[in-house]
This record gives sequence, C-alpha cells and structure tokens, in this order.
Amino acid sequence: MVNLKINNNPVSVPEGSTILEAAAQLGLKIPTLCHINWDCFHVEHRSGSCRICVVEVAGRPNLAPSCCTPVAEGMDVHTNTMRAIRARRTVLELLLSNHPKDCLVCTKNQNCTLQTLASEFNIHDIRYEGEQTELAVDDNGAAIRRDMNKCIMCRRCETACNVVQTVGVLSGVNRGFTASVAPQNFLPLDQTACVFCGQCVLACPVGALTEIGYKDEVWQVLNDPSKTVIVQTAPAVRVAIGEEFGMKPGEISTGKLVAALRRLGFAKIFDTDWSADLTILEEATELFGRIKSGENLPILTSCCPGWVNFLEHQFPDLMHMPSTAKSPQQMFGAIAKSYYAQKLGIDPSDLIVVSIMPCLAKKYEAGRPEFAPEGVRDVDYVLSTRELASMIKEAGVMFNRLPDESYDDPLGESTGAGVIFGASGGVLEAALRTAADWILNEQKDGSIAYFEDVAESPIDFVAVRGLDGIKEATVKIGDLELKAAVASGLGNARKLLEKIQSGESQYHAIEIMACPGGCINGGGQPYSNCGCNDGSDILEARKEAIYRADKGLPIRKSHLNPSIVKIYKDFLGEPNSELAHKLLHTHYCPKK
Amino acid sequence: MTCCCEKTESALEKLSRLEPEKTASLNAFLDQLPIGKDVESNRAHLIVALHQAQGIFGYLPSEVQQIIAERLKLTRSEIYGVISFYSYFTDQPIGRFKINVCCGTACFVKGANLVVEQFSRELKIKEGETSADGRFFLGVLRCVGACSLAPVVMVNERVYGNVTPAMVSKIIADCKD
Repeated sequence: MVNLKINNNPVSVPEGSTILEAAAQLGLKIPTLCHINWDCFHVEHRSGSCRICVVEVAGRPNLAPSCCTPVAEGMDVHTNTMRAIRARRTVLELLLSNHPKDCLVCTKNQNCTLQTLASEFNIHDIRYEGEQTELAVDDNGAAIRRDMNKCIMCRRCETACNVVQTVGVLSGVNRGFTASVAPQNFLPLDQTACVFCGQCVLACPVGALTEIGYKDEVWQVLNDPSKTVIVQTAPAVRVAIGEEFGMKPGEISTGKLVAALRRLGFAKIFDTDWSADLTILEEATELFGRIKSGENLPILTSCCPGWVNFLEHQFPDLMHMPSTAKSPQQMFGAIAKSYYAQKLGIDPSDLIVVSIMPCLAKKYEAGRPEFAPEGVRDVDYVLSTRELASMIKEAGVMFNRLPDESYDDPLGESTGAGVIFGASGGVLEAALRTAADWILNEQKDGSIAYFEDVAESPIDFVAVRGLDGIKEATVKIGDLELKAAVASGLGNARKLLEKIQSGESQYHAIEIMACPGGCINGGGQPYSNCGCNDGSDILEARKEAIYRADKGLPIRKSHLNPSIVKIYKDFLGEPNSELAHKLLHTHYCPKK
Repeated sequence: MTCCCEKTESALEKLSRLEPEKTASLNAFLDQLPIGKDVESNRAHLIVALHQAQGIFGYLPSEVQQIIAERLKLTRSEIYGVISFYSYFTDQPIGRFKINVCCGTACFVKGANLVVEQFSRELKIKEGETSADGRFFLGVLRCVGACSLAPVVMVNERVYGNVTPAMVSKIIADCKD
C-alpha cells in the first residue's frame, strides 16, 4: 500500500493506483473528461489528453494529470488550489473556443460531459475566439452520425473501437489544429469495416458521435391513415428505458413501455421476445442436427447484427459456422409482412414495422438488401431506446404514471427464454433449455418432439450468465457433455474465434454478442453511464433485471410458447421447414 | 433476392494489374521484412515500409495502404493515421520533382519563407500543390538535420544548401526528366 495525503487527508491505496483513484476513495471527485474506465471489462482509457483533471503535487513544478499519474509514498496532493482551478477552467475555455455552441439543438443536449463541466465550472463567457474546425459531417449511413466539428480529441472512441472491440476503424489523423478521429482516408463509415455496434457512440462524451435517427419518419407514418403501424420491442429495452424517466437502473418497465407505445398511436404492440422464441426453435433445430451428425461444430449464434458484420469483415473463413437463422428483429419483420399481413388482409407495403432496439447495428441490419424481398423492407424503421424515450417525452406521455399494459396477440406472447436474449449468455441459455428437452426426449426414430416439456430437464444455466467477457460451460444433458462458450465484446469474440481457428478449443455451441455485456449495454441504450466511471453498476442492475423478468414469467422455454406452437401448426409447418427456411433464414457474405 | 455478396477485386489483384513492376518491387521489399504474428513488433516496420512504398509508387494509394496493412496485420485506420501525421507521406499523386523547402527553426530564421515564395511564384503553385504538367511538387519540411546549411532545399534526394531566392530558377532548371 502507498500512503499519501490529498487535501491534507491521509489515504492508503494499492501501488499503481492513480491520484484520481486515491481521491475517489476519499469521496473526492476530480473532474474528468477524456478519462473513462470500463470497470467490468477491465479496459481503462487514460489518454491524459484533455488536462481537465490536473492537480497540484507538492514538489512537482508542473500540474499533474490525476487520471494517469500514479501515486507515490508521501505524496502531498492538492486538488483545488487556485492554480489547479484556473488551469482547469482555461483548458475548458480553450476546448469550448473551438466547439460549436449549438447545445440547444444538439442531440447530446443534457447528455454531454463538456456541457456539464462548463456548468459546474461556472463558465459563462468564452474569452478565446479564433479559427473553427470545419470538417464534413458523415450522416449518410444507416446507423452512426459523425460530426468531428464537435470532437474534443479525448480519443475514447478509438479505445472503444480498437481495444475493446478490435474493429480498428477509428484512428487519430492529421496533426495540430486539423487533428481529428476518422476512418482511413476519411471514408464514410459504411465504406469501412465498421460493424455499427455503437460502442463509440456510448463512449463519446460530446455530440461528435451520435446515431442516425428515424423519429421524424416514424411520426410521419403514425399520422398516415393509409398505413398500419406495428411495433416490436427488444428484450433489453424494458430494463433500461426507465432510466430516461428517472427510474432506478434495473427497474423493469415492460408494462409502461407497452402502454406508452399504445399512447403514441401504434396499432399493435408486439414483442421481439416472441420472435426470439421463434429464433430458438430454428437455431436449436440446427444445433440438434449438427450435434447428431457431429458436423460443422461449433454452431455460432447469429442474433447480433454487429457480430454478423464483424464476422463478415474479419473472419470470412468461418462463414459456414453461424446458424443461418435470422435475428429475432428480422424474423419478426418477415413474419409480420407475410403471415400477419395475410391475416389482416393488407398489402405488406401498407404494414409498417417499427423496431425499438437497444442497438445501432439493428438500424444497419434492417437496411440490408437481403431483408427487403421484392423491395419491401421487412423492418421499416429502427428506433433506439433513447429515440423512443425522446418520442414519449415529445408526445407528453407521462411514462412514470402509466398503468402496466400487456402486449397484443399473436406476436406479443413470449417466454423467459425470449427475455434473456437481452444479456450476454441469454441466447445460449435459451437454446440449451430447448435443446435439453429435445435431447432428453428424442424419439426412437430420431425425430424431435418439438413442443413437449421435459419437466426434469435443467432450466437455469447460471455458468453462462454474468458480465465476464468470455464464459465457458460444460453442461450434462442425458449422456451428452455439451461444451459451450459465450463471448461478449468483439475483442473477446476475436480471442475465442482465434482459438477455434487454431483448433485449440472445441465447443458445440458459442454465443457472441458485439457489445460488452450483451444488448443491455447496446449502442442505443440510455446514456446513463456517459462521462462517469461507475457504469458497471448500471449494467449489473440491467442484467439482474433481465433474469428477474425471466424468473417472473410462467413459461421459460421457447418451445412451450403457445403462439409459437400455433404459428408452426398454422403456417410454418415445423422448424427448418421449407417455408421456415425461406422466411426465417439468411446467409452471410464475406466483405474483404 | 439481392444481397451484399459481390466478388470484388482485392487490393493486391488491382495493383498487380495496374502496376505489375512496382507491385512486385513492393512485395519483394515486404517479403524480406521480419514480419511475425506479434502486432507490436510488426508496428516497428511500418514507417520503413511506407517510406519504401512511397519511393516506389511516388505516393501511397489506398491499395498500397491495404497491402501494407495486411502484411503487418495492422488496421487501415492506423496506417492512415501515420500517413496523415507525417507531412512526408502523401496519399495523393504528386509531382515527379519533389521540391521540399526546410522551414525548421534555423532555416526559417535564415529566410526559408522567402525561398518558398519564390518557388511558388516561378512554378505558379502554392505550397502542397503539384504543377499542372505533373513535374513539380512544392512542399515544406520541418528540419532535415542539416541546419548548418540553412536554408536547405531538397529536390527528391538532392540537397541544396544556403539557398537564396535568386538560386530558385537555377534549381528548377536542374530538374531534367
């Protein structure tokens, strides 16, 4: 332990700690801007580039950046001397001198660390004027908007992109005043290997990286009497949207979410959890088949569009491994525009499918050409959790006061297996719940009793839960020792995939989610942990909520969902049938 | 059903088709670099590789960046970051005669800016530009390590010392294709 004094208060911290960490132990928050600590993922970004966190250290001639200065025995630190305060204010004023002052109309208004600091530091006029950065805005893609005129060069996005995700699209370019963060040759993101996970958007403390929004388009269709507008909500939305309305992280607001959507004017409120159950039927059938034949193992999950993009760009040689099942979002769209449109007797082009997703890659996914048969998109618009919250506020719907309402039938009924898709490990657990029943109940002729319950089969596979980047489990089902692994965060996925390429690891099934922790930490989720370093508590709370929601549901296995049973009976035949393949499966394209 | 599957020509295929000799020469250079699996140690070869490649191609087109990225197992963005950081590197084709005036402290104090202005007048191009006939590029550098000869001008590999504006037309006349 190292002993030091901060503002005359003694404190002991482990060797290697920074002044910032030691101060936190004393309950002192030194202001930071560029620094971010992804605690639960063991990645800390300490570029020391902004100099907002400077403090005075006795005996040291210059001020020390507390986020990246290690403590030393006997150190005497003062965080709020006039010199430190003046230096911080000057740094902030200089940053503001080359920052657009359009806070009122900025999408990050009230979610911007620079804005918060300006307020906390009591900055009311900017003494410095001068040249302004003038860079082109990249907003032609489907998911992420880049406006580098707002960039403060904290370079958090680079760490998110290159270290956490190992996608490697963003880099510091140019020098001095013209320096910014950009993809190679300033290409638009959709011409790069970007996977649109949106972790850079979550990391950005200002409005430089935001999402491409579709609120206006959705308002338009909601007000168009010729259109029937239905909506699906992803599992992870219900455990996070409450944060936008002052609710505690981890509160489950499914009922209020449904009520709010109804008040916004959607004709039917459906659930992506329903199509998550459908995904499990298709995917578990593939898993079952591959285990039986012993071929093409492991099976990789394919629900996460960020992960699918990553695979296509970075692992073209593994293209045969993922399940061919579409993601729940796209399955929902395909069923809505076929089965449900037929049921309503309307033309698929008059049925508008809106998705509420915790994700930015879903915006990209919905626009993929293979998901627009005959030019009609299966999913028309994708709104993030944040965008929906903003629509609810704009419409004056008082979220907190809403009664709990239920999803509509038939695409709204779901199981606990569907809801756990929202946390890392959930898809695999859901697949195991179904596969276990099928394996234990295998018919004498080798066929599967798809929709029967095996009461004694396991239901809680806790080894695959949690925020750890890579999880492994061996599950005993009957005579089979099923080996499974889960990776969340693409850096972890890369590690796992390299072990498979080298033959070092062998599994039956692997789940991969692009965002660290899974969809609960998706790029479209509330900016609740923006700028502060205790985001892990929020993620932990969202994760707990997902499993609480699972526990609270009467049916927890996808194949026992009555409306899933019904759609196979009435429409699809059985899992992996010809029609199921046409509507619910896809293929992948190398992008190298 | 349409989709995004499209077989496209790789960077190496395209460059080999357009510039077979230069590409072979770049490949030969990259072949003899001790490149391994470790990205950290490969990174040490990046500047050398870019320098050589620019020597071969005259600039660093996107395909060259891609080939170097693949060989060194570095990302395209990192390579572009390095290219855009150093004024020596360029991703745009530039004049065959690269006139670089040193504007480091010593050269600047001894009037390098007047030399730049004179080149600019005579060649009718601004700093950072290439002449319409593709012969001359005018650039500035920050110190070439020959401060005792300040102001220094480099034309490709050739160094001129103690340059005055009056010497500019002679330097231009020296450039023969």
